[in-house]
Amino acid sequence: MALSKVSRKPGSEKAWHWLTIFLLFFFAAIMFIPFLWLLTSSFKTQNQIFQYPPSWIPNPFQPGNYVRALTYKPFALYFRNSMIIATLNVIAVVFTASFCAYGFARVRFKGREFWFGVVMATLFLPYTILIVPNFLIFTRLGWVNTFLPLTVPLFFGGGAFNIFLLRQFFRTIPEELADAARIDGCTEFGIYWRIFLPLAKPALITVGIFTFLAAWNDLLGPIIYLRSPDKFTVAAGLASFRSQTDISWDLQLAAATAMTVPVILLFFFTQRYFIKGIVMSGLKG
Amino acid sequence: MIDAKTTPPAKTKASRFSLAQRRTIVGYIFITPFILGFIFWFLTPALVAANLTFQKWNLISAPRYVGFQNIERLFNDPILLQSLKSTFIYTFASVPIGLIFAFFLALLINTQIPGIAIFRTIYFLPSIVPAVAGALLWAWIFNTEFGLLNAAIRALGGAKIAWLQEPSWAMVAFIIMSTWGVGGAMIIFLAGLQGIPDVYYEAADLDGAGRWHKLWNVTIPLMSPVIFFNLIIGFINSFQVFVQALLMTNGGPQNSTLFLVLYIYRTAFQSTNMGYAAALSWLLFFFLMIFSFIVFKVLGNRVYYEAPGN
Repeated sequence: MALSKVSRKPGSEKAWHWLTIFLLFFFAAIMFIPFLWLLTSSFKTQNQIFQYPPSWIPNPFQPGNYVRALTYKPFALYFRNSMIIATLNVIAVVFTASFCAYGFARVRFKGREFWFGVVMATLFLPYTILIVPNFLIFTRLGWVNTFLPLTVPLFFGGGAFNIFLLRQFFRTIPEELADAARIDGCTEFGIYWRIFLPLAKPALITVGIFTFLAAWNDLLGPIIYLRSPDKFTVAAGLASFRSQTDISWDLQLAAATAMTVPVILLFFFTQRYFIKGIVMSGLKG
Repeated sequence: MIDAKTTPPAKTKASRFSLAQRRTIVGYIFITPFILGFIFWFLTPALVAANLTFQKWNLISAPRYVGFQNIERLFNDPILLQSLKSTFIYTFASVPIGLIFAFFLALLINTQIPGIAIFRTIYFLPSIVPAVAGALLWAWIFNTEFGLLNAAIRALGGAKIAWLQEPSWAMVAFIIMSTWGVGGAMIIFLAGLQGIPDVYYEAADLDGAGRWHKLWNVTIPLMSPVIFFNLIIGFINSFQVFVQALLMTNGGPQNSTLFLVLYIYRTAFQSTNMGYAAALSWLLFFFLMIFSFIVFKVLGNRVYYEAPGN
């Protein structure tokens, strides 16, 4: 396991080392083949897609699949809609979750433990269980077929999990910093805004990335609340693609690839925050 | 933390409030967004759902009180029974398989060889593929005639399998698909493994412990909080499986992938039976509570915590 440096039996160590390498490559192949298959299939002609045995190299190479897939439905519009919703969600979470988290982490007041208990109680309750009554509430408010149901609720605390995560982070910031500011006459709100928010940048980026991904990938919310096709997100657009049988596999796979690429790019540009976020959620949970 | 000694007394404004009172006001201002959100988007819908459970309403004609009719229906609804069966089979198969696989991969990538970062990335990437895109990709891989998986099986001399048309194979297909996306759990395990101090292994070495011995008696006990965390997250996520079932099989074949959330979705938004959908939502809530409770009770006190957190 982690102990290749402790070698008592050199022969068996060597065998173990090679076994590890073999397994690493074996599972890398298994995990990666679906991606490769998606990518090559998305460049194939309809004829080559329906060919047995399947081949790995697209011949002819048909990048036009992407143009056809992304113009068959107004994906540019869907992309814009997804971006608007995801950006608003990120703003909501970064500001309101950190605001609440500051109160839970740094202000000592009566009732704090009770309300933090409420945060923890809602931590493991997914929003799925409330889709039915929430739909009725949003219908009553006249919010159906707008972006409001997918954005406004997040401005109220930004989700228990994000509050929890940021509270944990705020608690690691030395109290002396806040004390020094208080002596200079800074209010609690000033301390939050001028000291804690800038210091929490790595944690906020992490929370922001995960919020963005959740909004980008969500299907249940958009298909319930968004009715007219010009309001669709990328996820809803791609799902409606799927339900129309006249659309061929080459286009479906091209559109699926196009939806995945931004996510993978986001991962590569923000890898460090990404991994940190997952680790933070796991080890401090 | 703030206490009276470190906080200077307010000099400028002769306040009507004591320090503790002012702190309480400030504290509540900070957590107001959460409190309002809890009332608007949690408490209110929960009450609406409770009320709805006793109504019959199709969103068009006026809602009508029907007493316990929706709750009675929960107990003699063959489709619900099938839906629960599918959800449980999926959960109890995919969560343990996924956890063991994630743990295994984490052990595998917890080595220091050149290029290990590439392997970590490859193992992790499937977990961030959007569910909709993943569903399309796997629907194509599982395609009976032209899919990659059957092509491989046939190349090895096997017979092709109707992955998404045969009830029991559809379940297997969903489990395979979920196992592919265990990257998040794997990263959490990896971080846990890297947090185990070397001294434990050195002590085990002095005792002449072999690899298996170290895995069972050092690694796994020390990892138990992390395993516990991944287990709960795994349960909660698998109870909510929806997108793949909607897009790949639409609940079929023979309702074998009509998982609970998909059944709620259908009842509410396709059959527009809001009252019964609310009753089903309560059932989902109830199961999530029971599971969290059992997991905490049965496993919670066996989990070994090295040191209390901050």
